[in-house]
Amino acid sequence: MKTAAVASPDVAEFALRMGDTCLILGHRNAEWCGHAPALEEDIALANTALDLIGQTQLWLGLTAEAEGKGRTADDLAYLRDSSGYRNLLMVEQPNGDFGRTVMRQFLFDAWHLPMLKALAGSKDRRIAEIAEKASKEVTYHLERSSDLVVRLGDGNGESHARMQAALDFLWPYTGEMFLSDAVDEALALAGIAPAPGSLRPAWNEKVARTLADATLKAPESSYAQKGGRSGVHSEHLGLILAEMQFLQRAYPGANW
Amino acid sequence: MYAQMVKTDAARVRSLDEMEPVERAFQERIDAGQKIEPKEWMPEGYRKTLIRQVSQHAHSEIVGQLPEGNWIGRAPTLERKAILLAKVQDEAGHGLYLYSAAETLGISRDEMYEQLHSGKAKYSSIFNYPTLTWADIGAIGWLVDGAAIMNQVPLQRCSYGPYARAMVRICKEESFHQRQGFDILTVLCNGTPEQKAMAQDALDRWWWPSLMMFGPSDDASVHSAQSMAWKIKQNSNDELRQKFVDQTVPQAKFLGLTVPDPELKWNEEKGGYDFGEPDWAEFFEVIAGNGPCNRERLEARRKAWHDGAWFRDGLAAHAQKRQARKAPYAVAAE
Amino acid sequence: MSSEWPLWEVFIRGQHGLNHRHVGSLHAPDAEMAIHNARDVYTRRNEGVSIWVVRSSDIVASAPSEKGPLFDPANSKVYRHPTFFDVPEEVGHM
Repeated sequence: MKTAAVASPDVAEFALRMGDTCLILGHRNAEWCGHAPALEEDIALANTALDLIGQTQLWLGLTAEAEGKGRTADDLAYLRDSSGYRNLLMVEQPNGDFGRTVMRQFLFDAWHLPMLKALAGSKDRRIAEIAEKASKEVTYHLERSSDLVVRLGDGNGESHARMQAALDFLWPYTGEMFLSDAVDEALALAGIAPAPGSLRPAWNEKVARTLADATLKAPESSYAQKGGRSGVHSEHLGLILAEMQFLQRAYPGANW
Repeated sequence: MYAQMVKTDAARVRSLDEMEPVERAFQERIDAGQKIEPKEWMPEGYRKTLIRQVSQHAHSEIVGQLPEGNWIGRAPTLERKAILLAKVQDEAGHGLYLYSAAETLGISRDEMYEQLHSGKAKYSSIFNYPTLTWADIGAIGWLVDGAAIMNQVPLQRCSYGPYARAMVRICKEESFHQRQGFDILTVLCNGTPEQKAMAQDALDRWWWPSLMMFGPSDDASVHSAQSMAWKIKQNSNDELRQKFVDQTVPQAKFLGLTVPDPELKWNEEKGGYDFGEPDWAEFFEVIAGNGPCNRERLEARRKAWHDGAWFRDGLAAHAQKRQARKAPYAVAAE
Repeated sequence: MSSEWPLWEVFIRGQHGLNHRHVGSLHAPDAEMAIHNARDVYTRRNEGVSIWVVRSSDIVASAPSEKGPLFDPANSKVYRHPTFFDVPEEVGHM
């Protein structure tokens, strides 16, 4: 049985991590709008971005509720500096070519879906509800992104080379998804969120199968870039926020 | 309009009596309000004119993604970000529907892109103006989409079936576009003095280019007369412009904004506004490629196409491989 | 190379159990991707529950010039329509 958890800093922090990751990836994907390689892809990627922005509103809304400081989801998105952001480093990396964007989406979706499926059984009802709604959307994201990875990896010489380069570039950012800290441990213990490491096998399996179909090879190195969840980001996040938060910063307190 | 000054190749509009029987039958069907469908006989001029018009319309949607897309990253709230992204995405969809309609006339989408990228095909002059502030996003929705809708609603009844049907879908989807623009401006006009000034500045910059969208007066144009006879154009440019001004001026008043036209005055006798003449010299410069953003708009489209070639080719190569392997598809046949 | 992705016709069954209806077309490298693209392009507003795609080049159409011979004969078979028959009021609904 699911029971509503009381407001807690750990839930607020967890929702912030989810929300920030969705927001920054949605923002990055939206950068393609009007510039994608084919009209059909332009439209499809915008759908993914829209889903992610919608999920952001839910997660950051939960953070706002759980932290109980009177802030709104928009306050959280538009009025924190990069050190307050908790997204994965992978999603803030520049889009690169369309292949890198597709590969990033796949590596993320392959983590995102098992995460949401686990969260659907969360003891926190609010988390379970968000996860349930989001997992339908993300099931399709993964279907599409894994399909594209296979097709482009096993396409022609150039598409194969580009997808391999994308994989090599992004690989060091994947480890961060499975790292655990005190918040994760507390949430796992309380049955509110899965231990990050527990998502590894499902991700490994999906990624291995997809890469095999795509005739791509995962790099040997297991070194993981990390820092996003403690607010230590790459140089790129500051630039994203400078753009994203421009109006709220230039006209403090205005309504839009 | 999204299709401006479309040429028809006609020297003059011929009467029914001057036509060969097959063309006469075609014209009589149009006169009777019937739809012309792909692969039916049609005069070459009709086909070519439609290709020009529909592809120009499609190009306008695609290029039109750029000025608004410019602000998706800077949209001031999560909801505004989602709405704007959905709107710009719709424009890609509308471009897709229109290209499809044109493809039924025997031209491929790639050929149409080629015409756009080479500068041979035109797109609406309006998208060569820059979006400098958030209020511009409001102004585009309110004025530019407002003007477009004025033209697109009657086009739902145009004589060419696929174009008319695409217009029906587009009009249905577009009904939220103008409102979201007006909503942005309403909030700005009720906001801080700086926000209101931002809204006025946007109206000042977008008013005249919006009036130019309808194109110069075409009362004497043989092309317009021919297009009207073919029912691929329903109203004269001046007629639509008048309607647009009459509809928009009260909305500006509601917002508390001033339309930047000293000659604007209600004319009781005609039951509409008198208004000043747009700067047509500027219009022709923009059409000729000298607007503030022509070069960067085209460059962005060319770059997207060029950079995406490997992606399209890679997917095509994979599809061929699958075909060769005869891999079974999950075919939808419920 | 750059050969264009083929064109597909898209048919969607709406929410209410009606027949699949032609909604438009799109480009895709193959049938499976055409389904994906159709989902993304033509069901953005929750329009559908089922999608069919057919390669445009596989559509076989009646010739426009045969419109008369194909369809006019049905005009004369008015007895196929229920309103052809008068049912006395006393009989009630039929």
